[in-house]
Amino acid sequence: MFDVRVRVEQTALPGIGVRHDLVTESGRRLGVVTHRTGRRDLVLYDEDDPDSCTASIPLNDDEAEALADVLGASLMLGQLSGLRQQAAGLLTEQISIPAGSRFVGRRLGDTKARTRTGASIVAVLRDGQVIVSPGPEFGFQAGDVVVVVGNRRGLDGVGQILADGDPDS
Amino acid sequence: MHDTTLLLIELGAILFALGLLGRFSRRIGLSPIPLYLLAGLAFGHGGVLPMSASEEFIAVGAEIGVILLLVMLGLEYTARELIGNLRTNASAGLLDGLLTALPGLAFGLLVGWGGVAALVLAGITWVSSSGVIAKVLADLGRLGNRETPVMLSILVIEDLAMALYLPLLTAVLAGTGLIGGAKALTIAVGTVIVVLLVALKFGHAISAFISARDPEALLLGVLGLTLLVAGLAAKLQVSAAVGAFLVGIALSGPVAHHATELLSPLRDLFAAVFFVFFGLATNPGDMPPVLLPALALAVITMGTKILTGYLAAKRAGIAVPGRIRAGLGLMPRGEFSIVIAGLAVASPGIEPRLAPLATAYVLITVVSGPMLARLPDFAWFKAIIRRSQRPVPRAEPLPTTD
Repeated sequence: MFDVRVRVEQTALPGIGVRHDLVTESGRRLGVVTHRTGRRDLVLYDEDDPDSCTASIPLNDDEAEALADVLGASLMLGQLSGLRQQAAGLLTEQISIPAGSRFVGRRLGDTKARTRTGASIVAVLRDGQVIVSPGPEFGFQAGDVVVVVGNRRGLDGVGQILADGDPDS
Repeated sequence: MHDTTLLLIELGAILFALGLLGRFSRRIGLSPIPLYLLAGLAFGHGGVLPMSASEEFIAVGAEIGVILLLVMLGLEYTARELIGNLRTNASAGLLDGLLTALPGLAFGLLVGWGGVAALVLAGITWVSSSGVIAKVLADLGRLGNRETPVMLSILVIEDLAMALYLPLLTAVLAGTGLIGGAKALTIAVGTVIVVLLVALKFGHAISAFISARDPEALLLGVLGLTLLVAGLAAKLQVSAAVGAFLVGIALSGPVAHHATELLSPLRDLFAAVFFVFFGLATNPGDMPPVLLPALALAVITMGTKILTGYLAAKRAGIAVPGRIRAGLGLMPRGEFSIVIAGLAVASPGIEPRLAPLATAYVLITVVSGPMLARLPDFAWFKAIIRRSQRPVPRAEPLPTTD
């Protein structure tokens, strides 16, 4: 999961929990203190004194999950764009579902996107969260952003389907 | 008035007053321990409001308070953590023992209070208060700091060392002499090793035996087991406190987690009673003559504690500001010093000035320690440190233990 250049240090805090920390490429140190009670603190270290943390931000379960999702989403999108560069001809695009689309409230399977265009919907971004590999039963909402992988023609086709319906018309 | 009625009134008044003091201490950001001790002084013999009817009840409550303090301390650590710490930080613990216990021992011998009182003083000056320090670290937002694991491991090793020191002290106080002390120490070492090994191998089986699901049964089960083992340990002359500590270590996983939650309010209640009881047993009139010696002892042993923290943090590859934070942070002595002094005071023939000295000593360190721990956060303090350091390239932080 982690790039080999990143080393996450794990340090036991007897009686309290455990601390994970890493030094970023830019030389900043940041970490997470996980308490036994389940509480998590995001800690940022001082630039002048890298042993001391200048900020310790307590995160509850929801906040930690949201932060992980945001980081995970941007990470996944970054990796997708990396993929695009690796395989010539394979493209990814984010297509939003406008409020007026006829697929708002309908299922992913109803778009028949893959059979009609050859491109796949690999993820949906909704409220800052990533829904990876949505199934055919997945229901769209206005404002969803779908992540599509395919060739240029396929991507344009999916864009057209979601915008008004028929790629062949 | 009926005895029980008077007991209720006195006890109620004491607890209510403690409640107010606890709130006050929170407001001014201080540990409640010194205030509880002062309350005990005020309520005791020679105090402003002497109480009599509730003393017996408070004595029993204090005994339970010590046991609960220790079992909770044991619950905080797992056997794995204790053994891991012992393996990696034994030298720091040894250094800590030498630097902070020896001044107490020397002090006791120099003022001519005899070997037993000197041994007691060594323990009092040795052990930092893990409760107070953990709270100061959390309050100052230093839990993530890189010197914090160093400080915590010193505290862990001190607590573990107490598992050997307390039985030794108990035996010596019982007047069994050196042979008796050696015997008690052997039993204690054996018991501690066995309990650690059993907890490491079968901790989950022990914890599974006490179900974590039913809070009521869990509370009664853990409390009962703790008191039982503590009583048996006392019977074997291995100190009730150590028995309780070992029960805490043996329990692990969800049982330990839930037991901590359930026992916390009980611990708060009985620990407060314990501190009051210790204050009760001390006559405030005895305090003034020992204030200066206590202050001297406090200054010396707080200084050696700073040195301990500085050197231990240096060994872990922490830079100068972190070393100073570690040293200043380790200064407060608290519950353990009072537990040790409490053991000594209860035994006959001990130097009578020991209790007031211990009270004054703990009051000084527990009040000034957390205040001094804040020093490194001030800009002028940082500036002094920066100026005193030659502009050397910053050392690459060493990896800590994985």
